[in-house]
Formats: sequence, C-alpha cells, structure tokens
Amino acid sequence: MKTFDPILLKNMQQPGYTGSLAEYERAGGYQALKQVLAGVPPDDVIDLVKKSGLRGRGGAGFPTGVKWGFIPKDHPGPKYLCCNADESEPGTFKDRQLMERDPHQVLEGIAIACYAIGAQTAYIYIRGEFRLGAKILERAIAEAREAGHVGADVYGSGVTIQIYVHAGAGAYICGEETALLESLEGKRGKPRTKPPFPATHGLYQKPTVVNNVETLANVPHIVKRGSDWFASIGSPPKSTGTRIFCLSGHVCRPGNYELPVNATFRDLIYELGGGMRSDKPLKAFIPGGASAPFLTPDHVDVQLDFESVALAGSMSGSGGVTAMEEGTSMVWAALRLMEFFYHESCGKCTPCREGSAWIVQILQRIQNKQGRREDLGTLTDVCGNIGGRTVCAFGDAEIAPVLSTLKYWRHEYEALIEEAETLNAGRKAKDIPVLSVS
Amino acid sequence: MLRAKYQNVIDDLLSRYPVKQSALLPLLNLAQKEEGYVSQAAMKEIAGILDLTPPQVFETVTFYTMLSLKPIGKFHVQVCRSLMCALVGADNLLGWLQKHLGIGVGQTTQDKMFTLSAVECLGSCGTGPMFQINDDYYERLTEEKVGRILEDLRQTGDCAMKSGPFLL
Ligand SMILES: Cc1cc2nc3c(=O)[nH]c(=O)nc-3n(C[C@H](O)[C@H](O)[C@H](O)COP(=O)(O)O)c2cc1C
Ligand code: FES
Repeated sequence: MKTFDPILLKNMQQPGYTGSLAEYERAGGYQALKQVLAGVPPDDVIDLVKKSGLRGRGGAGFPTGVKWGFIPKDHPGPKYLCCNADESEPGTFKDRQLMERDPHQVLEGIAIACYAIGAQTAYIYIRGEFRLGAKILERAIAEAREAGHVGADVYGSGVTIQIYVHAGAGAYICGEETALLESLEGKRGKPRTKPPFPATHGLYQKPTVVNNVETLANVPHIVKRGSDWFASIGSPPKSTGTRIFCLSGHVCRPGNYELPVNATFRDLIYELGGGMRSDKPLKAFIPGGASAPFLTPDHVDVQLDFESVALAGSMSGSGGVTAMEEGTSMVWAALRLMEFFYHESCGKCTPCREGSAWIVQILQRIQNKQGRREDLGTLTDVCGNIGGRTVCAFGDAEIAPVLSTLKYWRHEYEALIEEAETLNAGRKAKDIPVLSVS
Repeated sequence: MLRAKYQNVIDDLLSRYPVKQSALLPLLNLAQKEEGYVSQAAMKEIAGILDLTPPQVFETVTFYTMLSLKPIGKFHVQVCRSLMCALVGADNLLGWLQKHLGIGVGQTTQDKMFTLSAVECLGSCGTGPMFQINDDYYERLTEEKVGRILEDLRQTGDCAMKSGPFLL
C-alpha cells in the first residue's frame, strides 16, 4: 500500500496538537470559511461539494452536495443543519476522535454547510454518553464565537451562524436522521415516515439537512483544495476521498485509520492493523458496522469503497471494521449483535419490535443447546418479514448479522442444534428448559 | 429545585431553541446530574418550565436509557457488552467487577457507592474492554486496573486513569 497523507486526521497527528483554536488557525483553519463568506455564492459551494463526489459518512453514503441541493431556495422561514454526532453503531468510533481531537475542523465544516444551505442555526446532536466530546465542542464553540468565526454577522458578511451542542440520553435509534429530529424536538426518538423528507419537512417541519460529523469535517478541505483534488482520491467517480475506518476485534493494533477508499481490507487489517493478534487466522469480518452483513477471509482483497463492498454482498456503512479470529462462534457473535438490536429497537414498527425479540429467543436457545430443527427456517422467515417492512432502515440492519452468518456458517448453527437433539433425546418437552428474553 | 439553582443555565438553554420542548432532554440531563436520577419533583418542575404536562415529560424519560427514574449509586459503572468489546473480554470485565464489588449486574453496593450496569456500545470499540463511570470513560481495562480505579474512586472520588481526548 502506498503511503498516504491523511486529510482529516492530519492536524491531530502532529505531536502536541491539542485542537485549540490557535493551533487550528495556525494549520490553516477557518480559511475556507473566510473564503466562502468573502463572496462565493452558496450555490457555488453546493456545486463544489457535488463535483467533489463527497458522500455521507454516516452510513448510507448519500451524495452530500445533492442533499444540500434539495433544500428549497425560496423558503421564507428558518432552515436548519443538524450534525449527526450520535455515533452509536457498534464498531464505530471515528466521530468521537474528530470531535475530541480537532473540534474546530468539524465546526468549520458545519459553518460552511450552514452558509451553503442558508441555515442560521446548527445543532450538533451528540450521544449523551460522549460527555467529554460535548464539553470539548462547547469550549470550541465559545472560542470560535469569541474569535468571530461563528455568531452574528460573521466576518462582517451579514451571515449569521449559530452552533449549539445538544446531548442525547442513550438511544441508538436517535442516530437515524428523523428519530434524531424527533429527539431534538424533545420527544421520544421514533423515526418518522418518509416522505416528506427532512429537506422540506425536517426540524420543526422546516427544511433541514442532517449530516454526519465526518462528512462535514471534509468540507473545509474541499473548499480549500478544490473538488478536482478531492475527486481524484479514492475510487472515482463514485467513491471519492478518504474515510476513517474504525478497526476493532482480534487485531494487533485496533484504532482509527484514514485511508483512500481504494485501499483494501487487507491493507487495513494486516498492514495498518498489524494482522491478527495471535496465531489464529482471520475467520470473519464485519466491513461497515453492526448493520453490515459479515464477510469471510475470501473477501479481504475487496476495496473499501461503497460499490466494492456492496458487490461483495455487504455494505461499507459507518466504516466500522471488526475482525474475528478462528474459534469465534458465529452463532454467539450474531446473538450479541441481535441482543443489541433487540435492546435498541424503538418499538414503533411491529415487525422490528416483535421480530427482534423473537430472533433473540431463538438464537439464545440455539446457543444454549436447546435449539430445534425447525429454528433455522423460522429465523429466515422472521428475518424475511422484517427486512423492508419497517419505517426506517433499522429493520434491514438488524437482520444482517443473522442472515449473513446463516449464509456462511450455517454448519455452526446446525452443529449446535444437533447437540441439542442429542442432549434432549428422550426428554419430554415439558422438561426442556424454556428461555425467555431478559 | 432546578430553577432556584440554575436559572441562568435554564435561560441559556431556552434561548437556543425556537420551541421550548426542545430543551427537554438538556433539562432532564441537568436534573439527573443534580440529583443522580430524575425525580418526580424534577419532572413536574421541568414540565412547568416547558409548558408541558408531567406525563409528556415522563413519556420522554422512559424512552432514554441514560435517564434513571430511581436513585442509583454515587458511581454508575456501565460496562459495554456489545460484540466488539465482547471479542476482547467484556464478559471478563463484568466478572471482575462483580467480584470486586460483590454485586450483580443491575445492583447497587450496600454503601450506595457503586451501581453496576451492562450497556450497549459506547463508541469505544477499538479500546475495549471498557466502561464508563459517570462522565468518564476508562479504556483497555485489565483486572489490575479495575481494582485500582474502584479503589481510587472509593478513596478520593476521582481517578486519574480516566480517558482524556481520544487516543490515536
Ligand atoms: C438505525 C440507524 C442508525 C443510524 N445511526 C447513525 C449515527 O449514529 N450517526 C450517523 O451519522 N448516521 C447514522 N445513521 C444514518 C442517518 O440516518 C443519516 O443517513 C446520516 O446521518 C446522514 O448523514 P450523511 O449523509 O452525512 O451520512 C443511522 C441510520 C439508521 C437507520
Ligand atoms: S462495542 Fe464496546 S464500545 Fe463499541
């Protein structure tokens, strides 16, 4: 793999860099904001981001410039930008680093996005557990306001940009953009039915853009160095730029690595991550957070870009890559993730609410050697009745671990069920312990 | 009462949103920080501040797992049990804590110092096993570290081993 100059992690990799305003400015910070406010029309900023090919880093990979372009130009009332800092997808921990180590990079991206879409107010919706991140952002906003980078009439341009931190209180679903909006309005975080989309009916029913932290952190660099530069990195034309991949699991050096998206899982896991932590070889990996179907060692040469991962049958999602070594039970792994989804289902849609509990029960009994022959059919059936049948994408996410482990490691499920049959042979049904979901 | 002590904070929060109800989670977080849990009195007061009914406040509280409706220990130890941490020893970590504290998951020590919870992913999956105690993260935990952290907290109410800004 070629050595590569990071974009987003560059400042913080300088020794001693603390992310203060002075240091950020010394590294060229807020020049991009100054540049656009000095007279680049908002539409040109949107065009620039469109041409750069930047796509959302929150999970869905939607083209950022296109999303900004959906905001109605002639809308008379307020518009909003929400920075999605909910970061709750298991396996993902990049936004935390961006906010805690270089908060002004995120703020500058937010400010430019606000200008481009004509929003005067931005809320950073940060998960409640990130107390330190929230504190650091609050401090950075105060610094930026003091220095005139945000607030009323920024740099005398007449443009007002207010940024506020809004902490959640523990709910994965609030990372889903419409649930985030509900939560920000002070309600239970239940996703809204779409359409209408946030671009026209978002926060307080006003035009709203929701963008991930990492997405926005890219924006100042695109403004400063141009769309051609950005579009030449990675795997153009569809997946451009770099992404921060969060490597976890059984590797020597877990952590965040920023890579152009034409690098491969092999580069990430073996070269940067130092390979597996013991002499046990790689057995499976999750390529894009808990919602992405598992892949096998046959897929390590797949590129990290959205299209390549999709072609391999999974998704690049949030950029969370988890490597598992030989000996890890895939039934156990699927169960752990399913317990997460069961815990986090918001309860709005019946297939997801009931289905997640049902799947956990079945997986628990298979794992505890109480499984039954018909369980695998039931699992597939229940999953089939969740996917595509819910208001938000949570439903599709929660079935991914189950269906993909069933696809590649069905024999592990079968072996456990066979063990159960041997164990329970001769027992009467009433003597077989019944498990319930806690 | 929140208003008596935090009128400025409340005013600042209310000034951030065009709709009062948006300040609900921030105020609930404030109430919990103040009392250690969200009390009935706090919910009523917050309802009054935001022109909501107490059931509207209660309805929101019950949705969010970080908000507790009953008092808990002085230190809330929340262990991440999700897959990425489980791969690197989250279950061992829970075991050490149960041994050191002499309580099970969901319980509080008799001296009301520690409450132990198992929670889902805390966004620290590359530095597991880990837990959060009140506002702070503690990462890459070993049994020895856990013993020291609990001891420090018991003795001094603080512990220098908490994580600072995300490590590279
Ligand atoms: C269940 C669920 C959870 C999500 N969690 C997050 C999250 O924690 N952070 C995030 O940025 N996006 C999350 N998303 C994606 C958001 O809905 C939305 O697509 C994203 O914030 C848009 O920003 P982007 O275009 O910059 O990626 C989640 C989506 C779903 C369905
Ligand atoms: S899985 Fe434990 S912090 Fe993410």
